[in-house]
Amino acid sequence: MENPKELKYTKEHEWIKIENDVGTVGITDFAQNALTDIVFVELPEKGKIVEQLKTAATIESVKSVSDVYAPVSGEVVKVNEELKDHPELINNDPYGKGWIFKVRIADKNELNSLMSSKEYAKMTKEE
Amino acid sequence: MHEQLGAKMVDFGGWYMPVYYTSVIDEHITTRTKAGLFDICHMGEFIVKGNDSKRFLQKILTNNLDKLCTGKAMYSLMCYENGTCVDDLFVYQLNENEFMIVVNSSTIDKDFEWLKRHSKEFDVSIINISEQTGKLDLQGPLAEKILKKLTSVDFPTRFHFVELDVAGIKTLFSRTGYTAEDGFELYFPIKETEKMWNLLMEAGKEYGLKPIGLGARDTLRIEACYSLYGHELNENITPIEANLGWTVKLGKGDFIGRSVLEKQKESGTEKILVAFEMIDKGIPREHYSVFADNREIGYVTSGTYSPTFKKPLGRALIKKEFSHVGDRINIKVRDKLYNAVVVKKPFYKYKGGKNGKSERAEIH
Repeated sequence: MENPKELKYTKEHEWIKIENDVGTVGITDFAQNALTDIVFVELPEKGKIVEQLKTAATIESVKSVSDVYAPVSGEVVKVNEELKDHPELINNDPYGKGWIFKVRIADKNELNSLMSSKEYAKMTKEE
Repeated sequence: MHEQLGAKMVDFGGWYMPVYYTSVIDEHITTRTKAGLFDICHMGEFIVKGNDSKRFLQKILTNNLDKLCTGKAMYSLMCYENGTCVDDLFVYQLNENEFMIVVNSSTIDKDFEWLKRHSKEFDVSIINISEQTGKLDLQGPLAEKILKKLTSVDFPTRFHFVELDVAGIKTLFSRTGYTAEDGFELYFPIKETEKMWNLLMEAGKEYGLKPIGLGARDTLRIEACYSLYGHELNENITPIEANLGWTVKLGKGDFIGRSVLEKQKESGTEKILVAFEMIDKGIPREHYSVFADNREIGYVTSGTYSPTFKKPLGRALIKKEFSHVGDRINIKVRDKLYNAVVVKKPFYKYKGGKNGKSERAEIH
């Protein structure tokens, strides 16, 4: 699957889609593919203040527990409630219905440290 | 070989082994509904032979070898004097004075040393054949059909084995396994492993046979409530605490660990291994703390999301007062307490039938 060009990426395999001052966050196709069967997502609480590259959510596959890092700092304004009953949405549609939370971006300068789709594709090719 | 099949590999006790080939859930369901092939070459095998071999094993093992005969296999524990476990194993009676013992890979050296140390007063020799022995497990309701394509011998019933040639490979195959499905464990010279693997995969093609990694091996055995040494059993847990009292046969005479285990059988233990299901969402994992009445009462020994029942479940060693079926307990997942309930074990009952006849597994 192609990594959408309009998104920004972290080294830890999260993506963020920026609309005004709100970013929608999920994990990449590369990450969901490595995790395989996702069976549980622990979402952050609405209103939680997350810090850039600190744990914001947790994803569990049958055999593993993985942290989801916040690509940027800010307040969680919405979470994807659908994932509570359908964690497999992350496997099936990582860049769409499998989004995890929305964050109000506290400092847009933080976006500069993220990767473009091209840079991310290069990094995952090397892994 | 496995990497050519797209396997995700992991270092397991010095062996480079596949966690999964396609996905844990897919491989788990395949084993429950069709058949799966497991590369289990890492397990340890010893031959115990000599005039005193049976008398020696009666002293070392908790189960009663009087129940064995040539061609039959049995599960047993091997305990220290204080009743805790050296290992759990399968013992195969090859003939009147010769047995094969199959032990865990991580405990091969420790077990061998333990057996040697206690064998001095016996006319017995112990040979470690682990490095020369290959092992593949063929498990699932269609396992018999697949194996029948390769041999015409009469098939053994559950917990029995025969020795035969499979395409020229001298093989011992037993109707045993670690999945709670009908199935077989095959032992043969390790240099023949790739040939045997390919023969079985080819024969199983039309039945949907797939290679299965360690991930599904673990979820299958957790559903069946089979113990795994290092998790449900270790050097601090006795068979009585592990709810394996049926493997401790006091009627057979003296054996190592007997006095402690006899007392525990009579008066019970402070802690006991239970099976539990989650009520809240959240997946229990090994070492997570277990609470009840706001105090810590034990820990999770194994936990997973169950592909068969589509919910999280596990096993825990907890204080006996909270161990009754229906008792509510809490599992601490990261910083939160999640509700769970003690249930009857096993989660998944053996579906092979008494004589090992295949029955289609029910997927809930």
